[in-house]
Amino acid sequence: MTASPGLRFKTYILLFIMMVFGPTGDVLLREGMRRIGAVTTWAPAGLFHFFVRAFSSGVIWLGISSLTCFFIAYMLVLTWADFSYVQPASTLAYGVVALMGWLFLREKISPLHWAGVGVICLGVFVVGHTHPRTTEPS
Amino acid sequence: MIFRETFFLLWIIVGGTAGELCVSRAMKSIGEVTDFHPAALLRFIGRALRVKWMWIGVTLMALAFFGFLGALSLDNVSFVVPVTALSYAASALGSGIFLGERVSRQRWAGVFLVCIGVALVFIGKG
Repeated sequence: MTASPGLRFKTYILLFIMMVFGPTGDVLLREGMRRIGAVTTWAPAGLFHFFVRAFSSGVIWLGISSLTCFFIAYMLVLTWADFSYVQPASTLAYGVVALMGWLFLREKISPLHWAGVGVICLGVFVVGHTHPRTTEPS
Repeated sequence: MIFRETFFLLWIIVGGTAGELCVSRAMKSIGEVTDFHPAALLRFIGRALRVKWMWIGVTLMALAFFGFLGALSLDNVSFVVPVTALSYAASALGSGIFLGERVSRQRWAGVFLVCIGVALVFIGKG
């Protein structure tokens, strides 16, 4: 990646947006669904009403908007930065989601759960550092 | 409850991964993007939308999002999101079978770590 200060600054800003808006979107979706309550039926009509209720919630739409911001930032940064440079930010998102759930939604997370999240981040990081092309170019 | 929880998690992992594989197949059939001008990108999107696999992929990914909402109605976000990392295992399997890609040992090692991490999250949930 070209390392001009302007481009580097722009990249950091977009990576920051990704790190904040992706996990925030997930946390908002959880909060929205918690307010709606657990799905209790498998009947198609029941599921339909459940999702209609979900999409009538302002918190759900805030979550979707936040995830859209994440996705736009992700797409924009990928137009100039290498995937292997961007990917660690999405790796950390698994940890940030757990941290935000613990902080803002008061979710109980055991030490073993934290360890699992850490190992997942490491695994995703390893996957992200493999060669992006596994087939011969045609 | 456990049945519903497992069903939604599988729905997200299988549906989301299948959707991504279909989109990947569609994009590969179109070819690499070399021109990033807005008009060229619009033409590229137009070509992508004419590929059947793109529509199948987008539909599957939308269904996976519904599954994600269902799972979040039952479980904490700090549990659901890390578990969805199992999609890395599903995509490694799927890309070998469905797209004919060669999955490297390093990628399998990463997938193995993800599986260990998800197992710890499940056990840690209690």
